[in-house]
Amino acid sequence: MIGSKFDFMGRRKVATIISGLLLLASVVSLSFSGLNLGLDFTGGSLVEVGSSKEIAPEEVRRYLTGAGFSNGTVQTFGSNTELLIRMPPQPSSAVDEAVIAQSQAQLGDDIFQALLAQYPDMVLRQSNYVGPAVGDELANDGGLALLTALIVVMFYILLRFTKQFSVGAVVALAHDVIIVLGCFSLFQWTFDLTVLAALLAVIGYSLNDTIVVSDRIRENFRKLRRGSPVDIINTSLNQTLGRTLVTSMTTLFVLLALLFAGGEVIRGFASALSIGVVIGTYSSIYVAANVLLVMNISREDLLVPEPEQDGNEDGSYP
Amino acid sequence: MSEGPIDPSEQTTLLGVAPRRGALNKFPLWQYLLIAMVVGIGAIYAAPNLFQPDPAVQVRALDSDQRISPRTLSRVEAALKKDNIQIIDSALSEDSLLVRVASDEAQLRAQATIAATLNARDVNYVVALSQASNTPQWLQDIGGTPMSLGLDLFGGAHFLLQVNMQEYLKGVMANSAEGMRDKLIEERIRFLPGKDWVKGQVIRIPFRDEDSRSAAQDALVDYQDFLVQDREVAGNLVLQFTLTEDKIRDLEDRAISQNLTSLRKRVDELGVSEPQVQRLGRSRIVVDLPGIQDSARAKEILNKFANLEFRLEALPNARKSQIESYPYQGRNQEIMRRNIVTGNNVQDAQQSFDPDTSQPQVSIELDNEGGRKMNAVTKDNVGRAMAILFIEQKPRVRKVMVDGEEVEEFYSVEDKRLISVANIQSALGFNFRITGLDLREAQDLALLLRAGALAAPMYIVEERTVGAQLGDENIRRGWQSVAIGFALVLAFMLFYYRGFGIAANIALTANLTLLVAIMSVLGATLTLPGIAGIVLTVGMAVDANVLIFSRIKEELVNNAPQQAIQAGFDRALLTITDANVTTFFVAVILLSIGSGPVRGFAVTLAVGIVTSMFTAILVTRALVNLMYGGRKLESLKI
Repeated sequence: MIGSKFDFMGRRKVATIISGLLLLASVVSLSFSGLNLGLDFTGGSLVEVGSSKEIAPEEVRRYLTGAGFSNGTVQTFGSNTELLIRMPPQPSSAVDEAVIAQSQAQLGDDIFQALLAQYPDMVLRQSNYVGPAVGDELANDGGLALLTALIVVMFYILLRFTKQFSVGAVVALAHDVIIVLGCFSLFQWTFDLTVLAALLAVIGYSLNDTIVVSDRIRENFRKLRRGSPVDIINTSLNQTLGRTLVTSMTTLFVLLALLFAGGEVIRGFASALSIGVVIGTYSSIYVAANVLLVMNISREDLLVPEPEQDGNEDGSYP
Repeated sequence: MSEGPIDPSEQTTLLGVAPRRGALNKFPLWQYLLIAMVVGIGAIYAAPNLFQPDPAVQVRALDSDQRISPRTLSRVEAALKKDNIQIIDSALSEDSLLVRVASDEAQLRAQATIAATLNARDVNYVVALSQASNTPQWLQDIGGTPMSLGLDLFGGAHFLLQVNMQEYLKGVMANSAEGMRDKLIEERIRFLPGKDWVKGQVIRIPFRDEDSRSAAQDALVDYQDFLVQDREVAGNLVLQFTLTEDKIRDLEDRAISQNLTSLRKRVDELGVSEPQVQRLGRSRIVVDLPGIQDSARAKEILNKFANLEFRLEALPNARKSQIESYPYQGRNQEIMRRNIVTGNNVQDAQQSFDPDTSQPQVSIELDNEGGRKMNAVTKDNVGRAMAILFIEQKPRVRKVMVDGEEVEEFYSVEDKRLISVANIQSALGFNFRITGLDLREAQDLALLLRAGALAAPMYIVEERTVGAQLGDENIRRGWQSVAIGFALVLAFMLFYYRGFGIAANIALTANLTLLVAIMSVLGATLTLPGIAGIVLTVGMAVDANVLIFSRIKEELVNNAPQQAIQAGFDRALLTITDANVTTFFVAVILLSIGSGPVRGFAVTLAVGIVTSMFTAILVTRALVNLMYGGRKLESLKI
């Protein structure tokens, strides 16, 4: 109608290849290097300390190993004056099966006390301990939340639209989630509970986008009597393009604000969402609409079953 | 149906919005007023968040009967003055005293000074770091409160404790069997020899004949937690007591609620102004201690399980099954298996020092039942020795194989030791002193006896501690990113949509205000992911406006400006609803399944969806109507 006349669907083969490659890369990375799971899911202890002067992580790691805390990782966190120390559950002395469990929960305190002895000006910024059982539970609940979200969404869209739209939306969502996961796997960014929340927000966001586009496609199928499905989808995508871009832009503005001003704790969350928004915008244009064509969407699927509508220029206006 | 130039499309009738009559794009006055009122009320309830609270120290009496007197206040004031800590204001209410100070640093010093002054001899007061609200009184009177800050923003410690129900049930079964055996012996009812009565959740007592079995059933009628059945096992008549699933649940509830009570009392002594101790699920307890400084100490106190048992020394003619033996001062001391009283009968316990030896001691006061029992037993046993057994549960972990996978399993080991054996000089009553512990043990024992024993042992499965420094930083950074993101969005909308952009921006501001207001009124806790949720809501809330504006732009091609505005709003409505309903589903799923940080994010997301629909559809519409409605428009810039 107005504005752009971009032949989106003409390029759908290219898009399919791009999506396919991205998905393949994600799956390969996920299956070979996996996710760098955070403390929430692995269990263990994490201590963040701050100091008034710069500290070399390597030096601290050597000191801690010497003090009897082995297998830990020490890295700077945000700036050179802050350190993040992660310790897996310490190996049990294995004389008999019993080790004092208290020591597991106490590990963070012990590490900080040991550090204080060497670096008296350190302050404890945060200390987390997650028991092995809780870690497993959080991981299970997280996976369950993702699946439930996908299924509920599928049903709602099936109810409000047709099965083609429902499948299209879910394929688009799965596409987005897998690619975001792939990025986290590829760059080995820490995947924790906040990133999981971000992933669910990506689902919410991408869905929002997909529905707006689907809504317009449905409307145009009912309204425009002429044109092939490809033309109709193209018209719809062009009509919604302005809105799609503006919304993605404003959302990205705030996400970038979070990414750069929000600090280290929220970085994973902001990165996941930023990637998700970009991918989600793309997928609502290419993936969801593409699935509609693959599933042979036709005007008949979308007609409201009312006989008097036949032959009328229903819904269109002068 | 079809009235006016716009074909009432299926969308509008679907949502029950009747086609408007009269002038286009004009609301009746009451509608403008109603919308303004909602936003106004929102602004009022969001306002308390603007008033930063002052650092303060709160003083409460440990014993709830005790009142804080004006004399306490003057003692506190004098002590603070001596230490050069300036008091901004102090408020004395019925059961607490709140002293405002100038800075966080002064707050810490004031806490130390006040605690040293009031609790110099023994611990009678809780002296906690607190926040004194600066919200004007009239706002407080209508229920205006700021959002409370989560631990990640305020600093503090969060613990998740697992109650070890298996251990607890095992204990219940063993105690019950022990009690039954004693009762049968006392009533001289004969049962067949054999020790192992307990098998899982079943107690089986074998008898020689029907008579003794029915006599036993009458004698043991007090054990109401069990399902009692007559059975025949391996040729013997057996009385079988089974714990049913219902009873197990009851017992668990009882154990958890006793643990909660005990934990609350323990936590009270840690100096935290608003501790939270709550049950989570079937067998977990959450403890939140906002602002706590020493989380290591908190941890020590939380899952400590210590108790006392008073028992008589074993006489030489005692049966083997009735006695236990413990090392004491280099020899083995034999004592009776049955106890006279336990720590559960303790009314009050204070740590002090023995004036003669300067050794730490614990003064104990028994309750009525405990005092009576103690008196009755000691009266008849003057000259015999009484032993005090100190029992501590130590949580341990072992590796076990489950489904071919090595997993860690927690269990606890009872560490029992005799701390004193002394001759009974005369009949004892309600008051005692116990010696033989070191200072730390004496302090902890006094605290634990005061707070009441835990019914079931617990261990920590999750801990999150955030230092005050990181908390402050999180708040600062969080709000900074909200501000930056919000400003960017406002600037963009203004630049892109001009006049309509102003309407959208006002609506967006109203949205943020309403979101904060609803969160405050709901008493939601603000966390860092929650702030992220607010930021994201701001970004996404624009969407509804953008949808409407792009639609208006399209409609302008075929319609006159006024009609285009009307059609744009009407047609975008269905899309907005569909999109938001599905996102709302996602938020609800997050809320119901997620935990911790995920929930904080989900709450803001869900509330944000509701407020953004209201503001985009009604507030923007009202503003656009006010700006353009009822005028003759030649063209429309959008």
